[in-house]
Amino acid sequence: MKGAAAHPLLPEARLATTRDLVFLCGSLALVVIPHATRAPWWLTLLTLCLYAWRIHYSMHAVPLPSRWLVLAVAGVAMLGVWVEYRTIFARQPGIVLLTLFSGLKVLETRTHRDAAAAAFLGYFLIITNFLYTQSILTALAMALALLAITTTLTCFSAPNRAPRANLRTAALLLAHAVPAAAALFLLFPRIQGPLWGVPQDAYSARTGLTETMSPGGISHLVLSDAIAFRAEFDGTPPASQLRYWRGPVLWDFDGRTWSAGPQSPGRFASPGAGSASYRYSVVLEPHNQTWLFALELPASLPEDARYTADGIVLAAAPVRTRMRYEMSSTIGSNASLEERPAQLARALRLPADVNPRALALGEQLRLGSRADDEIVAKAVSFLRRGSYAYTLEPPLLGKDSVDEFLFDFKAGFCEHFSSAFVFLMRAAGVPARVVTGYQGGELNPVDHIITVRQSDAHAWAEVHLRGRGWVRVDPTATAAPSRLDAGLARAVQQAEQPLLMRADFEWLRSLRNRWEAAAYRWNVWVLGYNSERQRELMSYVGLRSSDWRALVATLFTVLGILIVLLLAWSLRRVARPDPVQRAWRAFCAKLAARGVERSPAEGPRDYAERAARALPSARRAILRIGALYIGLRYGRERNPRRAKDLRRLVRELRLT
Amino acid sequence: MIQGLLERNPRLAHWIWGFKPPERGTIVLVHRRVYIVPTRLGWLFAATLAILLIGSINYALALGFALTFLLGGVGLAGMVHTARNLARIAVSTGRAEPVFAGESAQFRVYLDGRSGYDRPAILARHVGSGSQFVIDIPPQALGEVVLAVPAARRGWLPLGRVLLETRFPLGLFRAWSYVEPDARCLVYPRPERTPLPAPVGEAAAGALRSQAAGNDDFSGLRNYQLSDSPRHVAWKAAARSDELLTKQFTGEAAAQLWLDWRLLPAAAGLEQRLSRLAGWVLAAERAGAFYGLRLPGLELTPGRGDAHAGACLQALALYESK
Repeated sequence: MKGAAAHPLLPEARLATTRDLVFLCGSLALVVIPHATRAPWWLTLLTLCLYAWRIHYSMHAVPLPSRWLVLAVAGVAMLGVWVEYRTIFARQPGIVLLTLFSGLKVLETRTHRDAAAAAFLGYFLIITNFLYTQSILTALAMALALLAITTTLTCFSAPNRAPRANLRTAALLLAHAVPAAAALFLLFPRIQGPLWGVPQDAYSARTGLTETMSPGGISHLVLSDAIAFRAEFDGTPPASQLRYWRGPVLWDFDGRTWSAGPQSPGRFASPGAGSASYRYSVVLEPHNQTWLFALELPASLPEDARYTADGIVLAAAPVRTRMRYEMSSTIGSNASLEERPAQLARALRLPADVNPRALALGEQLRLGSRADDEIVAKAVSFLRRGSYAYTLEPPLLGKDSVDEFLFDFKAGFCEHFSSAFVFLMRAAGVPARVVTGYQGGELNPVDHIITVRQSDAHAWAEVHLRGRGWVRVDPTATAAPSRLDAGLARAVQQAEQPLLMRADFEWLRSLRNRWEAAAYRWNVWVLGYNSERQRELMSYVGLRSSDWRALVATLFTVLGILIVLLLAWSLRRVARPDPVQRAWRAFCAKLAARGVERSPAEGPRDYAERAARALPSARRAILRIGALYIGLRYGRERNPRRAKDLRRLVRELRLT
Repeated sequence: MIQGLLERNPRLAHWIWGFKPPERGTIVLVHRRVYIVPTRLGWLFAATLAILLIGSINYALALGFALTFLLGGVGLAGMVHTARNLARIAVSTGRAEPVFAGESAQFRVYLDGRSGYDRPAILARHVGSGSQFVIDIPPQALGEVVLAVPAARRGWLPLGRVLLETRFPLGLFRAWSYVEPDARCLVYPRPERTPLPAPVGEAAAGALRSQAAGNDDFSGLRNYQLSDSPRHVAWKAAARSDELLTKQFTGEAAAQLWLDWRLLPAAAGLEQRLSRLAGWVLAAERAGAFYGLRLPGLELTPGRGDAHAGACLQALALYESK
């Protein structure tokens, strides 16, 4: 191609107009603004200012800022990020810098090529939002941003077109993309990540139970109404006060903090027949730990799960994505009776020189009782009679935390009760340990799914009794029995709780129930879709050999069909010639069959006259058709009867 | 290299392009004739998708997968939309007004969308000259493109190959098609600016008189033509406006005038003689003369008016032309 002039469709050759920039910056802002809650405020503001700066330059037709100025802005901003995070090579600062770069890229945008690159960066920024939240609302907001960015790209390709038409085109493109996207989503072979080590801070934002418990830890946690997991039972779920979801077991006490210590693997044995058994599935929110919560006591293990000697179910790897597992549990049964002597000794160990009053109380209980279960009963009644207050805001405790709780302040949360109880038991010579987990959970009347939140976090105790093994004792229940019946919501004062958890807004609760039912489906079917569910789907549609080759073959077949359908759509005959034109073509075809072909440059009048001369037998009809056609096509003739006449005449034209 | 190969093997080129030039009548760009490849921006988009996919796998982001796959679907749909923006356009050409050699022939190319949807941002480019134009075709409407093709030599100038290209809607793909409509433009010989010389021979007196009389009385102004003498340009009027205007004169009743090939010096070449004759035709027409044209083996009886001038110039344009 020898063309000297620049190619006018090349994005490099087309300057971005103010309209293009407004669309670009508007759609980028849709993606950047949700980051404002997580990034430092000044950075989001700076990014938006960079957008505005570029539009200002464009509107007032002043030259773009020099490269040095842009570099200076970039340097200052990066310094700011470093000051904020003390690093720039972690996830959070990385994302923050990416939003900033979108502003810098916009600032140096000159041509459509730069603008398109900035739009692609916008696509990239959408996915960074998903690192924090993948809720339905986020999905909707980002779908809007996706539409906006696609409209922007369309604007670049068609600068003279009305924005509304470009919006329609972008929406049509996205609508056409949905079937292919669904096929890819379902059939693209899913690989379980991560592919490489993710940055250290990647999962730091998760809330949940930890391997330690110190005063104030759980009461801090229960202020969060974030969801820990959801459980769906086959049949009726157990009553709320029976739902103890077992989490980490804490053995070691240093006077202030309980910790799990080393874990020893245990052999899983199905417990004996209890009062009732349940089958259920759990959708666990990522908590970056390995434990899987199960009702006490588990009767079967999920696939790939491990079991510890102290009765915790562990996943093979830290749970970093929402995970679904099937469980069955038996309530009212006892675990294995034996415990290794080393572990029993561990369950009696106490730190030296702390809590002298509690130690003395333990001694006293020991001396006044004949058997271990009597000691337990006495300790429970001590707590009951002591009129202890159950509160979310316990006073700060000092070095002798157990003493201060038991004898001075007499107010605390479940971690205080369980900690004090286990301490007393050990002081009295009864092996005991703290169990953390969740208790209760809320049954959604809409879809009968139990939602367990961080606010349901709980700590209780287990004592080892000869002949009965480990037995659960919940000292909190003795002080605040309603905690087990109605959950936290009614056990502590209303004003202390998060708004949506309160019992006094019934309509709000029902709204929340509905919303959560939808969110549950979303989590299970969209967010929880993984290689396992993919296998299930494939076997459901009848594909036995569900290896990746079968998946890819199916995927390509479906995509091929979709492309053919799209092509068929694009080939659809949109413009049918009008009846007059069709009649004229039929007329020309009839004459051509008799050897009178119309030359491309020949008008209808000349053609009709020539045909009339060539075929004198049909002379009148031919001339009449010609005149009718000219009148209808070029003249002012609008009478539909004439069009009908024309069609009839053409149909009845006989050429001999 | 490919270009050269195709030029040497026209049959291969015809097979590849899907048509055999030149094409008569209305040309419909069937899908078979529309080619499509990703643009550089398209490859950048693909790279973005690859990064998004890796990120989604690494962080196990369900919505990341959804976004990546949706964008992949957008790419596929964009490809079909780009082809659709060009496919089934009907290309036809209008009459190109004759021009003089050295000017540009203005070819009118009509692009009939023949569709209920609009077809934005379609580039029409004349491959030979690089003359190009971007148009938006509204729904159910006709778009008109004027391609200016330099006319170097007298005779018939064929339009040649025209490239139609679009990147709408996303710029990720480039769809294009070549057409070579059967359109041509008549190119008259470049008129020589010298006024009518003093020809000798049978019609000499008439020729002289008409020329002299034609410069007598100023009668008005008209638009400048390339063949006009600079002496007749109304320079004062030109200073007031952007246009060049030529002063017109009327002479006395023009006599019959023969513009004869044999009047020209034999030493002059064919093209130079034809240029001189073309200049004479214009001068004679301007002077309002009643003139005829004689070429070896061809004679146009005297007449006047635009049609007669056109016939004379056409005879000159096509005289012994290849």
